[in-house]
Amino acid sequence: MIILEQKPYEEILKSLEGEEKVFLVGCTLCATTCRVGGEDELKEMQEKLEKEGKKITGGVVLEAACQAIEVKKKFREKKSEIEDADSLLVLACGGGAQSVRENAERVKIKKLVHPGLNTLFQGEVTRGGHFEERCSLCGECVLEQTGTICPITRCTKGLLNGPCGGSSKGKCEVDQERDCAWDLIYKRLEEIGQLDKMKEIREAKNYSKLMKPRSLVLGR
Amino acid sequence: MKLKEAFDSGKFAVTSEVAPPKGTDISPLLEEAEIFKGRVDAVNVTDLQSSVMRMGSLPVSHLLQDRGLEAVFQVTCRDRNRLALQSDLLNAAVLGIENVLCLTGDYTTLGDHPQAKPVFDLDSVQLLQAAVKLQNGEDMVGEKLQGSPKFFLGAVVNPGADPLEPQLIKMEKKIKAGAQFFQTQAVYDAKLFEKFMKEAEKFGVPVMLGIVLLKSAGMAKYMNANVAGVFVPDNLIAEMKETAKEDRPKKSVEIAAQLIKEMKDMCQGVHLMPLGWDKHVPAILDAAGL
Repeated sequence: MIILEQKPYEEILKSLEGEEKVFLVGCTLCATTCRVGGEDELKEMQEKLEKEGKKITGGVVLEAACQAIEVKKKFREKKSEIEDADSLLVLACGGGAQSVRENAERVKIKKLVHPGLNTLFQGEVTRGGHFEERCSLCGECVLEQTGTICPITRCTKGLLNGPCGGSSKGKCEVDQERDCAWDLIYKRLEEIGQLDKMKEIREAKNYSKLMKPRSLVLGR
Repeated sequence: MKLKEAFDSGKFAVTSEVAPPKGTDISPLLEEAEIFKGRVDAVNVTDLQSSVMRMGSLPVSHLLQDRGLEAVFQVTCRDRNRLALQSDLLNAAVLGIENVLCLTGDYTTLGDHPQAKPVFDLDSVQLLQAAVKLQNGEDMVGEKLQGSPKFFLGAVVNPGADPLEPQLIKMEKKIKAGAQFFQTQAVYDAKLFEKFMKEAEKFGVPVMLGIVLLKSAGMAKYMNANVAGVFVPDNLIAEMKETAKEDRPKKSVEIAAQLIKEMKDMCQGVHLMPLGWDKHVPAILDAAGL
């Protein structure tokens, strides 16, 4: 999932400067799990903004802000509330905020769209309220060779051929609280009898796979 | 190529190290480097060590060679992508630099520009592979070169790494990729080095013992707490502590020479990292009988 945090409130207020009426948009997926864009957070934002003298014309928590069809459907239903507002404040990921802008226009709603969150990383929920980055979406998965532990993400330097000289007692030179990915990989490969995989030289990664913006169309 | 010849002839090789200045005033470094003449086989030139912005390794390597010293051009993967790294290897070759030490490099946030974008497009193993390809007349993607470089390729290894096996696995990969000699992280413990060399000597590639001059007890404690795989034993810390400030260089020289004598027979050379105390290097070599 996408891990999110709310922008500093002062930054949100500044983006709404000169606007009186705001429509709030949340998302039931990542933004709800991260407790920054669900029903509760929309209500909280409404109360805070009303104290600043803003009027909240309405709000919606989308099933998935990143799905065009869902945004268009909900925005048609809420069209009058949205039309009444000066702008939309989106409490969803960066992809969600952009999908909101694009799809609002597709249903003939032309409004300013403000992002209310910072999009941090693709992560795992290790326990309630704890999120850890595990995948960098690199487009060329190496987990088969590394005991299902990603060195591109979990090694700060993204090294492919083993630990650097900064690995010490299982920790990383960058932050002694952080596990050295290659120490984890070494232990895992040893445990599953696949240490030979660590001895093979990994060629330099093909970063053209990361050329932005990426897109995918499913064949039939 | 004095360094390669030293290894080939079975001589115990000696290298030291200089760090380029932050700024353009290069004369103090060049003057101090004179002291290495006739005493070391080559002088490493660090590449933005500790991720601190400063003059590059390449021009300083070149200037040292112009003055009759042999340079070891250090190259890290932190600041350049594969285009720039390969280009700098060609740049080095055309300036007559043959010794290249290939390193991953410290992470950016450890230095004075923590906001910088870290590169790490290649790692040290892949950088060695790239250098070998250039020597063979083509670049990383197989395009033919018009004239190819000739290098003596080095790499680094940390004998104090715990666990040691991942370091040894990587060392073997570096050799497979093209490393022809190794310089180690600082070692202060002969037993630890013996254990490491027992494994490393199987690879048959020359290893140079890394020695960082101890400047004070505080520095030793700092390294123990913050530098991965470096362990200064308590007795050496105590010795430094008991020494009056003005006598510390002398004590430091004594300790370094003693360490070299203890470990000399286990390896093929020594790499002295004086961290600014360059002028004491000859005294260490004298005391160690080198």
